[in-house]
Amino acid sequence: MSTTTNAPQDSATAITSRFNWGELARKYLIILILIGLIVLLTIFTGGSFIKTQNLINVVRQVSAIGIIACGMTFVIITLGIDLSVGATVAVAAVVSASLAQTDQASVIKFPGLDLPVVVAVAAALGVGALLGLLNGLLITKARIAPFIATLGGFTAYRGIAYIYSDGRPISTLKDGFNWFGQGDVLGIPVPIILFALVAVIASILLNRTRFGRYTYAIGGNDQAARVSGINIDRVRLGIYTFVGLLAGLAGLILAARIGSGNPTLGTQMELDVIAATVIGGTSFVGGIGTIWGSVVGALIIGTINNGLDLLNVSPFWQMVVKGAIIVVAIIIDERKNR
Amino acid sequence: MADEYILRMSNITKTFPGVVALNDVHLDVRPGTVHALVGENGAGKSTLMKVLIGMYQKDSGTVVFDGQEVDLHETAEGLDLGISMIHQELAPVPEMTVAENIYLGREPLNGLRLVDKALMRRMAQELFDEWSIPLDPAVQMKKLTVASMQLVEIAKAISYDAKAIIMDEPTSAITDREVDLLFTMIRRLRDRGTAIIYISHKMDEIFKISDEITVFRDGQWVLTEPASSLDIPALITAMVGRELTHMFPKEEAEIGDVLLEVRNLNRGPLVKDVSFTLRKGEILGLAGLVGAGRTEVLETIFGVHRAESGQILVDGERVDVHEPRDAIAAGMALLTEDRRATGIMGVLSVRDNMFAAALPRYSPGGMVDRKRIDRAAEEQRTALAIKTPSLDQLIKNLSGGNQQKVLVSRWLLTMPDILMIDEPTRGIDVGAKSEIHRIISTLAKEGKAVLMVSSEMPEILGMSDRILVMHEGEVTGEVSRAEATQDKIMQLATGTDAAA
Repeated sequence: MSTTTNAPQDSATAITSRFNWGELARKYLIILILIGLIVLLTIFTGGSFIKTQNLINVVRQVSAIGIIACGMTFVIITLGIDLSVGATVAVAAVVSASLAQTDQASVIKFPGLDLPVVVAVAAALGVGALLGLLNGLLITKARIAPFIATLGGFTAYRGIAYIYSDGRPISTLKDGFNWFGQGDVLGIPVPIILFALVAVIASILLNRTRFGRYTYAIGGNDQAARVSGINIDRVRLGIYTFVGLLAGLAGLILAARIGSGNPTLGTQMELDVIAATVIGGTSFVGGIGTIWGSVVGALIIGTINNGLDLLNVSPFWQMVVKGAIIVVAIIIDERKNR
Repeated sequence: MADEYILRMSNITKTFPGVVALNDVHLDVRPGTVHALVGENGAGKSTLMKVLIGMYQKDSGTVVFDGQEVDLHETAEGLDLGISMIHQELAPVPEMTVAENIYLGREPLNGLRLVDKALMRRMAQELFDEWSIPLDPAVQMKKLTVASMQLVEIAKAISYDAKAIIMDEPTSAITDREVDLLFTMIRRLRDRGTAIIYISHKMDEIFKISDEITVFRDGQWVLTEPASSLDIPALITAMVGRELTHMFPKEEAEIGDVLLEVRNLNRGPLVKDVSFTLRKGEILGLAGLVGAGRTEVLETIFGVHRAESGQILVDGERVDVHEPRDAIAAGMALLTEDRRATGIMGVLSVRDNMFAAALPRYSPGGMVDRKRIDRAAEEQRTALAIKTPSLDQLIKNLSGGNQQKVLVSRWLLTMPDILMIDEPTRGIDVGAKSEIHRIISTLAKEGKAVLMVSSEMPEILGMSDRILVMHEGEVTGEVSRAEATQDKIMQLATGTDAAA
């Protein structure tokens, strides 16, 4: 402090470079947090956390959340929210499972039906996209606030899942179907591969396409976006359909993982998805957010879940810890955007 | 006049990431005087005031107010000390009444510790009576015009009985009548010993009201002089650091065929049977008082609002405009009046802001062509002399003038034939103003048709080939450049030209 020079140019450049470092650190703070968590858990678990098999487990467990978080990033960037994704997961799970049952099942939804697995997969994605589209129509055409419109879906879609499955898991599914949750390619579990694929596609969509740039523009200032000629309703419709489609994919993965379409699947999942997105730096200010941030956010959630399990922390305390981390993430976000 | 200072700000430095907003500046204000603080946008005036009231924390320097060194962290502390501020951007609570807005956060309470609304209304009425403000304290804020809201803001600042009142562009949204009222209030305050720090871009106002003038440029202090020892050219030179020879450089342009024709356009009370034509190479000025319907005419043509009836013809062909994108497809562009509400996307980069409208041209098949975008963005940055550390800089960190240039480039990139511009230089400093004028003039010369709304008479008179004047939603007259005078336009604008 005592050695500051008087030359204005010097002090100006010094200030510039110092702030750039700070900015860089802030930007990648979340990665530092993830690394910190991993280091801590490795120490506390005596090394068992860092084992390859465990790390693969962490990522696999969080794949479904991470996949939906990629879509939720678009939603929150435009100042929206989708509370219905967990229920969409359930509908997609029961519908797709019902199309993939073997004739060995004790209760068969569609007796005598023997469709190729690809139909069940398409049904999961299609049902998810359809429910997302419905949310989008309520929001853009009926002009209902996203929170309210998707709160309706949160309840109604779950109900649909129970009605469709008579409240029972739809089980005894084809191996080809179960591959999406249990299979692997070159030792990498399929859910992880799908998660990576979705992250790459979502990232390209957000950064490199007109649709993605318009997503930012709408979040930045929707009135200015409209005056700039952007069809904001169409973009928002696309966004809710996209997140619905991803929820459908997640439903497929979760049903395949346990080998049955259970109507309780995805319960409270929307909270983990929103938490992952927000921890990843997507802001409720609008116009701010990245896919890689949401991916890291999902990994942080997975790390916490898994690490606390390994440490035998009670599930109740796990909830408290997760809640605290979400709040801290928001506080950091607030400061960053000040 | 008291010789000691009520306020001494010394060696103030304030930096933001990548920008030195204030570099070792000082400001000394005497009680019972009006001290004008002038400079181009980005000169640091508003930043210094925000440091003073505690909205920003200074990096170094001292502030002595009323004989005491102060270091404020909350605006409430400033109010307690006796510093109040009229902000450039209004922040009313629209659902509350005028009185509730004035006493927000310091509501009078009754015996049950509940808000005493009757007392509050009486207090507001007394305040209005004392200062001859023609407003009803019981009216909801949202029912007021922008000019009246500004008066409420002024009344609120006065109601604190502050020792110093900062006025940041208090006249940007009000008409001449309210300006007179404001100046009467300022003189009374001054005579009672209140110090007024007056920030404005309007030269005539500065010389009319101020006792002393301090000039900032690029975050540095330039001069402090008694107003009587300066004149407008000297002040402008001090602000921009160069001689400004042409304030309104409208060049001769070849006027071509009719490009835009509007026939009997109607929408609500502010657009009544509006018809006019606009030719290539022409700048058509749209004059009138605040609230005459000029903005609404532009917005209706552009599809921001749906017209109730009427026709719009571009190049002789009728176009149906339901949404702004239809107007853009027909070759129109609209630079809106309210930069913050409908212009900039604050948290996005300069580049993203530039390409909000023209993106389809730069994204074949839906994929954005980054190389072409970067090239075009750099071209715009150079052509319009946009001052920004990089294209990735968030637009909210730019000065108002540079934000406006980015928005101009947003529309230029769409290659429009018809440019509608609404108050293109509002709240912009003199240097950027003349640059914007030059850009508009060049565009007309290139054969574009320009429709310009402006409340600044010199701008309308200097830039327009032809002037339409509106009053209460109707076009009340048209004057050519040659026959246009301030008086003639004012007569038409106030609807007092019936005899002529």
